[in-house]
Amino acid sequence: MAAAETTTRTKTLQPLPQIVARTVERAPTGWLSWLTTTDHKRIGIMYLVSTFAFFLIGGAEALLMRVQLAVPENNLLDPSTYNALFTIHGTTMIFLFVVPIMAGFGNYVVPLMIGARDMAFPKLNALSFWLLTSGGLVFYASLFFNPVEVGWFAYAPLSTGAYSPNGGVDAWIFLIHLTGIGSLVGAINFYATIANMRAPGMGWGRLPLFVWTILIYSILLILALPVIAGAVTLLLTDRNFGTAFFDPSQGGDALLWQHLFWFFGHPEVYIMVLPAFGIISEVLPVFARKPIFGYKAIAAATVVIAFLGLLVWAHHMFATPSPDVLLAFFMISSFLISVPTGVKIFNWVATLWRGTIEFKTPLIFCIGFISLFVIGGITGVMLAVFPVDWQLTDTYFVVAHFHYVLVGGSVFAIFAGIYYWFPKITGRMMSEALGKFSFALMFIGFNATFLVQHSLGMEGMVRRVYEYPDIGSLAALNLVSTIGSFILGLGVLVTVVNVVRSVKKGTYAGPDPWKANTLEWFTESPPPVNNFDAVPRIRSVEPMKDIRRQVERQGALEPPHAAPAPEHSVTA
Amino acid sequence: MRSKDPQPRRAATLLCALLATLAALALLAVPASAGWLSPGAGPSGNAQKINTLYWIVLIISIPIFLGVEGALIYAMVKFRARKGAVAAQIRGNTRLEIGWTLGAAVIVVVLAVVTFAFLPAIRNPPPSGPEGLDLRRAGLTGEPVVEGGVGRQPPVPEDGQALNIDVNGQQYVWRYTYPDNDENDLNNVFAYEQMVVPTDTTVVLSIRAQDVAHSWWIPALGGKFDAIPGYTNYTWYNVSEPGVWGGRCAELCGRNHANMVASVRAVTPPEFQRWYTNKRREIAQANEAAARQRQQVESGTPAPGA
Repeated sequence: MAAAETTTRTKTLQPLPQIVARTVERAPTGWLSWLTTTDHKRIGIMYLVSTFAFFLIGGAEALLMRVQLAVPENNLLDPSTYNALFTIHGTTMIFLFVVPIMAGFGNYVVPLMIGARDMAFPKLNALSFWLLTSGGLVFYASLFFNPVEVGWFAYAPLSTGAYSPNGGVDAWIFLIHLTGIGSLVGAINFYATIANMRAPGMGWGRLPLFVWTILIYSILLILALPVIAGAVTLLLTDRNFGTAFFDPSQGGDALLWQHLFWFFGHPEVYIMVLPAFGIISEVLPVFARKPIFGYKAIAAATVVIAFLGLLVWAHHMFATPSPDVLLAFFMISSFLISVPTGVKIFNWVATLWRGTIEFKTPLIFCIGFISLFVIGGITGVMLAVFPVDWQLTDTYFVVAHFHYVLVGGSVFAIFAGIYYWFPKITGRMMSEALGKFSFALMFIGFNATFLVQHSLGMEGMVRRVYEYPDIGSLAALNLVSTIGSFILGLGVLVTVVNVVRSVKKGTYAGPDPWKANTLEWFTESPPPVNNFDAVPRIRSVEPMKDIRRQVERQGALEPPHAAPAPEHSVTA
Repeated sequence: MRSKDPQPRRAATLLCALLATLAALALLAVPASAGWLSPGAGPSGNAQKINTLYWIVLIISIPIFLGVEGALIYAMVKFRARKGAVAAQIRGNTRLEIGWTLGAAVIVVVLAVVTFAFLPAIRNPPPSGPEGLDLRRAGLTGEPVVEGGVGRQPPVPEDGQALNIDVNGQQYVWRYTYPDNDENDLNNVFAYEQMVVPTDTTVVLSIRAQDVAHSWWIPALGGKFDAIPGYTNYTWYNVSEPGVWGGRCAELCGRNHANMVASVRAVTPPEFQRWYTNKRREIAQANEAAARQRQQVESGTPAPGA
């Protein structure tokens, strides 16, 4: 319908705005209203708050690991506790933080950005959130019994009943199933919403880039999640019902698990990082006061990255007994994915070029993102060279690489998103001073933690070890890394303080504090239950810019009290 | 516009300082220590080739890193909001965009070509050197004790002669079995944790696991090769000088993964020959003693000391 209207655009017709919302529903209050809500904004807030809580828990686990590794041959934690910590840390950060917080931003922002009243299936939307929460609860409940110790990748045969007989692995499988169904339902919901509920005039070429990335994120989830769901079901039956899919002594295959897991696991990386790209693509043009450079190239690069992202999984398996032709294929496909990723980085730098950059906290986090993500991208290409990977894989070099991608990349973008959309969500501004202080601590702490870990890997420190010998400079580098991790943690806490303080005490934001480009800034902050009383016709990628320009034009002709009405509105 | 507000300028300066520190750290690290910047080259050809390949890739990536970070810093300093500055409303530049897409593509093609050029020297073992052990005379030409298993083909040097050692990963120790030329696999020389090999001799390892997945890694002697139950993986090395090189299991294999260490002790061929003959004699003696004991038990006479 939207596409049809795009083509039959009329230039002369100027009907009056038709408003169907004759009464504005009052927002319900009380805790029960949060439990039963199907409002995308409230669900979005619950996603953001609960996933951020999981981020803090996962961060505390990381700090415990760093304390254990601060000195060589430390005996603070025993090996089983340490193994449980890194397993729960990885699982939490991936399944309970980065993936669902993107769904949180998507939930809150996507309907607003496309001018919709709510998600396509509001009740399914609530189901997604509660499945995620129950997944997190059953997983963390296993902490009180037998926490899982086999790594977030749960390689068979270590994860099978013979070697990990306790229930931790089963709790982990339950988490994968629950959060998986939640994400799958949510992904279908996003797809249906974006495909069907866009404002009049918003063709695919005018879709905000964040919405593009949420669309591709949803498609990747729909393609990848059934594979991991199948794989963990095979593991579940191997563990509990006497099958032997992964047991070579009974005709099963241990490598099968790795293929199934990474067929999901690598697209999962792009699931975590593509919406981050989307946030960057939204925030940069607003604060550079310049249109995004190469909109089509960035949207196309998102699609190409997603496609190639489905073809690179065995680069996690270069050291396995696999034929050279397979290794060469996955090396080249991994190389290729760096091309669209590079295109995005160049486009972002070009977006800043010749702009008038306003250094607000969201923009600073975006610049932090670009500067760190480049490093993660370059080390990723180095790891794709499979003979080099034979030396570097399963060492701290890899730990450093993916933290540059997922913390320097995704987490910095998530913080940019928090600072950028907080005024819309709460109606109040966050403190700029605290925001910049938080960024400085996080940037310094992050690099101190992870830059030295490249060198740890080169010096031969392997991953997932609870202790290491005092050889070479392992002791010194590990101590630097531990100190850095606490600075990083402090930086995160400053933002937590900033959020808590600003919810009550921040200055009023008004509908559009950043003079932004997309439709969510057209409505009040926080938006009313029905989002929009009227939705303007979309004429470009930057509808708010068009509206502001129109208001200025009308202001020049008419008295200044003229209402900033959109020129062509339809029912919301 | 917003020039009265000193905040943007201060933030820009701070941010630039941070990025510059990062770049300086990366550059200063170059002379700091070779071990910090590369996996290092040990006394074996495969590890040296991997190290060279690594350096080529690193050197190609340095200009990309400096270019992007440099452009970013320049843009932040030069294009920050000032009084009277107007943002150029540029929406793209097709030529430029096609240019940098092709540029990136060319770089990855170069990387692929370089990798394939280096691959044969890393994958294929060379024949043993002139100072190496004469495997025929030493009676060590036997095939590894492979009991089935799928995966890659074993690498064989051009002259067909290599010391084939069986590496078996188990929770939480490595076991090495040396070949001999008889049919009985139970009397072979074996060792745990430390592998003794002759210098200047091509050693081919058949890597397997008997319980969970492990990964064989001696950094100075080449990359990691996973030991996966049901599969056989292979690698090789040729140590040019005597010494001891350490390593450890690189795949999470359970609670004691951190303590599953390995080392390779390279000794001169005559010394190796002595060690090997000694071990064989000890095994033969132990077998004889066991046979005697069995005989005594079977014939009903109590064993001495029983």
